[in-house]
Amino acid sequence: MTLMKSLMGAAASIALTAGAALAEPALIFDLGGKFDKSFNEAAFGGATRWAEETGGTFREIELQSEAQREQALRRFAEAGANPVITMGFAMADPLSAVAPDYPDTKFVAVDVNWLDTPNIRQIAFAEHEGSYLVGMMAAAASKSGTVGFVGGMDIPLIRHFGCGYAQGAKAVNPDINIVANMTGTTPAAWNDPVKGSELTKAQISQGADVVFAAAGGTGVGVLQTAADEGILSIGVDSNQNHLHPGKVLTSMLKRVDVAVYDAMKAGTEVETGVFTMGLAEDGVGYALDDNNAALVSADMKAAVDAAREKIISGDLKVVSYYENDSCPAVKF
Amino acid sequence: MMDFLTLIQVLDSTVRLATPLLLACLAGLYSERAGIFDIGLEGKMLMAAFFSAAVAAVTGSVWLGLLAGIASSLALSGLHGLASITFRGNQLISGVAINFLAAGLTVLIAQDWFQQGGRTPSLMGGGRFNAITLPFADSLAEVPALGPIYSELLSGHSILVYFAFLAVPATWWILYRTRFGLRLRAVGENPAAVDTAGVSVVGLRYAAVAICGLLCGIAGAYLATALQAGFVKDMTAGRGFIALAALIFAKWRPWQAMWACLLFGLLQAVALRFQNIDLGGVVIPVQVMDALPYILTVVILAGFVGKAIPPRAGGDPYVKER
Repeated sequence: MTLMKSLMGAAASIALTAGAALAEPALIFDLGGKFDKSFNEAAFGGATRWAEETGGTFREIELQSEAQREQALRRFAEAGANPVITMGFAMADPLSAVAPDYPDTKFVAVDVNWLDTPNIRQIAFAEHEGSYLVGMMAAAASKSGTVGFVGGMDIPLIRHFGCGYAQGAKAVNPDINIVANMTGTTPAAWNDPVKGSELTKAQISQGADVVFAAAGGTGVGVLQTAADEGILSIGVDSNQNHLHPGKVLTSMLKRVDVAVYDAMKAGTEVETGVFTMGLAEDGVGYALDDNNAALVSADMKAAVDAAREKIISGDLKVVSYYENDSCPAVKF
Repeated sequence: MMDFLTLIQVLDSTVRLATPLLLACLAGLYSERAGIFDIGLEGKMLMAAFFSAAVAAVTGSVWLGLLAGIASSLALSGLHGLASITFRGNQLISGVAINFLAAGLTVLIAQDWFQQGGRTPSLMGGGRFNAITLPFADSLAEVPALGPIYSELLSGHSILVYFAFLAVPATWWILYRTRFGLRLRAVGENPAAVDTAGVSVVGLRYAAVAICGLLCGIAGAYLATALQAGFVKDMTAGRGFIALAALIFAKWRPWQAMWACLLFGLLQAVALRFQNIDLGGVVIPVQVMDALPYILTVVILAGFVGKAIPPRAGGDPYVKER
């Protein structure tokens, strides 16, 4: 035990001195893990890009349990990492507890925008705007007049995605039928591709021929089943078009990588406050590449790009689910 | 609200969802009937799901994948047997350890082999179990009523589904009509009597645990290579525990196990298809449907509907002499 203690003490002091000397940025991944093919992996991609371009290094940790959130924050702050970047809305509470204790350290919180601590850069994404665009594409690509939405865990954020999607679909075809399902109400809903498959099959039997999956690992099952059954699917967060070339209509991009890259590039000078990354900031968007070029017609692209311009200029307003916890276009 | 075609589709979904439950449930049945409690069904399925998908992805052969899945599940069964039979450890603790071991190891190995964040590459072509179309399914599809039942419900599943449902009568026959089955049941009720008769308690229990591993392996392979095209971390998502609940619900009997699994599968299928169910003004939230298997099991355990009596020697390591 004493040996263990002294070893850990030594390790900690080494980490402390190293960190203080360099003031590296630190990145805390959420429970989904660094390689989730979506949210956290995008952050890792942004950090890697920064490291390759500048030759810098960054520290990182993949959280394994809820209890580690505050511990990881304190450890990085103590070690002199600056800025400390966190992923996911669940970091809000630990941040509001830890950040005031380290006024000289800058924190960056992705998916958080409701704290009033001065040394946090809070970045929220306008997911409903990006979802609106892919909703338009879904309605335009649908021949049956029915499109589907498969959410992961039933939380407001996922309803926020679904709400924007439904509004976009309704904008193209006011009579469209939207089938919206959630996988579950526990975190297991993020990793249940079998249930995702069954939901997709159920939606197909209700006539859906385009399905949008905002469901983490469950989405893998949705995209797979859609490809097997010969209908189109829409990926989320990262560009998932390559998973089934020619079968994935597009992906709703959430540019977490840009947010992380920018924060690391600004380094200790990073600007704090609340920031929203929407279409105007290229924080959200839709993916177009070789894998789906044949699926997106010129008309479809023109319509979506026009809507994008309108949303940016403020002529078109996409209602956010958060505004009054309900959606005008679809019932969950 | 529900027309005939919808009903068929829901039942079709029921069959797919019930199959992994049924395989795991029968696996647990062999083990528990021999007096070895096994809450590690979940872990064994998960391990098998990973190895079947990983080997199928590397070799391109789903049959090699199935074998690898079974082998990995058997290895965990061996571990459980070693801990709880040979070393007479606590069977529940060993089972919990297996669940944790599988949850961690699968992701760790997957990350090391494929660098895709704890998942395997998507399986293509021969790497998956494809649906089998039964003879004349297409031509009979037009026949009213019976046609859709045959072509939609009975046909078009993977071979593992048919295996799972054939395993039910086979299990019944083995348990109640063979010498091995009689001894297996006896070793779960009164191992001392079996020992007195000159039959090896340890041997029988290891055999039971091995059959359990075999069936769990097939269940895992079904999840990863038939229902899905690859492994995703924690993809069993609690199905091993629902299978345990089904086993108790069925009071450790094979035919009843099948009906219990079909019932639980039906509940899931209905929940997935209809989400919130509106019964003339009263809305049943989807969460109630998800929780029903556990609620029903508690009701059975509490003795409201008959009494669930587990094998008498279940959970006790057998000590030959004191």
